[in-house]
Amino acid sequence: MSDALLKVRDLKIGATVYPPSGKPHDIEIVHGVSFELEKGKVLGLIGESGAGKSTIGLSAMAYGRGGVKITGGEVWVNGQDILKQGIRDLRRLRGANVTYVSQSAAASFNPAKKIMEQVTEAAILQGKFSRKEAEERAVHLFDKLGLPNPEKIGNRYPHQVSGGQLQRCMTALALCPEPDLVVFDEPTTALDVTTQIDVLMAIKAAIRDTGVAALYITHDLAVVAQVSDDIMVLRMGETVEYGPVDQIINNPQEEYTQALVSVRSIDHEEKLPTPDPVLTVNHVTARYRGTNFDVLRNISVDLHEGQTLAVVGESGSGKSTLARVITGLLPPAEGEINFAGRALSPALEQRSKEDLRELQMIYQMADTAMNPRQTVGTIIGRPLEFYFGMRGAEKRKRIKELLEEIEMGDGFIDRYPAELSGGQKQRVCIARALAAKPKLIICDEVTSALDPLVADGILKLLLNLQKIENVAYLFITHDLATVRAIADSIAVMYQGKVVRYGTKSEVLSPPFDDYTDLLLSSVPEMKLGWLEEVIAHRKMESAGN
Amino acid sequence: MHPILKLLVQRIALSLLLLLAASAMIFIGTQILPGDVAQSILGQSATPESLANLRAELGLNEPALTRYFDWLFGALQGDLGTALTNGRDIAESLGTRLKNTMFLAFWAAVISVPLAIFLGLLAVRYQNRWPDKLISAVTLTSISIPEFLIGYVLMYFISVKLGWFTSVSTIYDSMSLGEKLSAIALPVTVLTLVVLAHMMRMTRAAILNVMQSAYIETAELKGLSMFNIIRKHAFPNAIAPIVNVVMLNLAYLVVGVVVVEVVFVYPGMGQYLVDHVSKRDVPVVQACGLIFAAVYIGLNMVADIVSILANPRLRHPK
Repeated sequence: MSDALLKVRDLKIGATVYPPSGKPHDIEIVHGVSFELEKGKVLGLIGESGAGKSTIGLSAMAYGRGGVKITGGEVWVNGQDILKQGIRDLRRLRGANVTYVSQSAAASFNPAKKIMEQVTEAAILQGKFSRKEAEERAVHLFDKLGLPNPEKIGNRYPHQVSGGQLQRCMTALALCPEPDLVVFDEPTTALDVTTQIDVLMAIKAAIRDTGVAALYITHDLAVVAQVSDDIMVLRMGETVEYGPVDQIINNPQEEYTQALVSVRSIDHEEKLPTPDPVLTVNHVTARYRGTNFDVLRNISVDLHEGQTLAVVGESGSGKSTLARVITGLLPPAEGEINFAGRALSPALEQRSKEDLRELQMIYQMADTAMNPRQTVGTIIGRPLEFYFGMRGAEKRKRIKELLEEIEMGDGFIDRYPAELSGGQKQRVCIARALAAKPKLIICDEVTSALDPLVADGILKLLLNLQKIENVAYLFITHDLATVRAIADSIAVMYQGKVVRYGTKSEVLSPPFDDYTDLLLSSVPEMKLGWLEEVIAHRKMESAGN
Repeated sequence: MHPILKLLVQRIALSLLLLLAASAMIFIGTQILPGDVAQSILGQSATPESLANLRAELGLNEPALTRYFDWLFGALQGDLGTALTNGRDIAESLGTRLKNTMFLAFWAAVISVPLAIFLGLLAVRYQNRWPDKLISAVTLTSISIPEFLIGYVLMYFISVKLGWFTSVSTIYDSMSLGEKLSAIALPVTVLTLVVLAHMMRMTRAAILNVMQSAYIETAELKGLSMFNIIRKHAFPNAIAPIVNVVMLNLAYLVVGVVVVEVVFVYPGMGQYLVDHVSKRDVPVVQACGLIFAAVYIGLNMVADIVSILANPRLRHPK
């Protein structure tokens, strides 16, 4: 296959690390990866964070982010080894032949310039098109990508359009110079699931219509299965498995790939409601100070002892605000909350120590929820001291028990958060919440920042702990697969209201309301052709209406 | 009302309030100074009777509040009173002095602001390489040496040894622009050296901060050259902090030039102020204080306004 557009041979990439203790030294993060990509084909690069997939993707532009350096191997684009090229040739390559779509379009657009100027910049600068031609092409791409008002949207500033729209603008930016290859780096990861499907469709159609080749980088196998011809599974800088998409999804050879394919297949039998709920949210309406917009409107939900209520919704649906109201950070404007058989005072300051102890919280970013200068032992020991007055050997014994419960072992007691992996950090946060012996833990997107396999481990741990400690979870998430795995009952939120509420089987069985239907049908499924099915289904429905 | 207009009106109103507070502080400050104006004017020849007469004449027996408002309303109408020492109208003498100070500040700014920004950009372009280090070293050295010392050193080498410019920078209305510029060459050089480092370092820091952003990577991956990245993508987003420090330095050029004016015998506000402080001429000191405060507050207000206008989120709301 000498006519391959992109040929990567034995690529080695290194970086300099600066450990907190010890001298900076060089490490290798990609250990000899090889692959080929033909014109008009899409190769999916998949792996968890730290697998080196973004780094490999950027090497197609001979670019190393931060201190990352390509240390060995060959990268051939259009028959030229770009690793041997000087910066001038590379600049021509980057703007014109190979372009890049990043995860966060919001950060990747210059806030001070209009969208049109940024979309056409490379094409004009590289002499591919005149300004007029480039702008016409941009409008054409905006239209093709399904952006509203394609003639005018280029005159807006990045902050004036929504996240999903901006991500599509970024795709237009990458496609505008008519490149041979586009590197998509997690282009839909930061989007809501209902937005993701639109962007995914738009990207797929644009790739098909322009005949451009693409490297599609993501951690979500279900997503990459929809757009790729081939898939390469990466782990810790090495190829695990590389083959056609059909083989990877339907007949994975390696154990790691099999685990990725079967992720989120936790089987959780739902528990039936009990007569006395531990938490009752009664007709709660809330708004932020200084505004008269109701962020929550007349919310009523119950949560039963030792069970899990999943609150699902997109960003802006009010699900985190509900958590703030229950914890007392935002006193409700109307309505009341009953907890463990007593009325909970609306404001945090008036709550008793007992209220505080029995209601704990775990956050999305375990990183920022821990003091980086405290050891794991200090972090977990703090609630033991504060609520139970434990000291010395007694406290240390209890910390070790908790570390056992979260399946980490007492070897971690004197470690600092920086020395832990993402999953371990979240486990420590769980142990800290458990230390207070709570009746209810509010889990706010606790698995969203984690890789799928790690997230699975956390969900299994939470289910296990629920069995042992009989603790109830209010589980806030945007991810329906997580909901299936952990919930006993579900509340679907949309624009500050609960649009659907009931036991898991009730909520997830038809007939659906429009929003729940949209939400459920937007969750990528691990099968080929899923995206086309959804598109066809939606077209039929809209034709039927 | 457009939200940005509201913000601007707020800023301006706040500045006026601040100026009012500053005027009160100046007035209070001069009131609590020990001693008595009448006493210091009359000096040895003071008798209890002549002191009482003079106090009455100067209105010093009125309550402080009345005197403050008299002074304030006078100042608003351009009447800053008369100097106690020579009986001349303060507004008139101050006018010439202020014009001279502004002339000096203007030329110092014309040279130093573009130079500082250019050097800042250059330092970013060659970050951590020798041009960056050289620029930092030179500007830091020049800011660390006291300005009077730089002044005398320049005078010694350039006017005494080389004879290129005069060491006394006195200017008159009858001089041509060329003659005036030649006369102020040395003080302008000293002032430039003093304010350069701040502005250059802030430019460098602000742009380097922006250079960490993801959109700079986007620009790099579009194949833009380093110079274009800095000019087109980094600089527009670094304007607010740069303008802030530029305005602070411009304010310094007007209100902080006392030492340089004295060294070069330049007939500006600074010297005027120093002369009259030593003579305990309170109305002149008050007038100078008020003008300095107005310049300071005004320039900072401009910096705020530019920052607001430079923010696309405020300029183009959703």
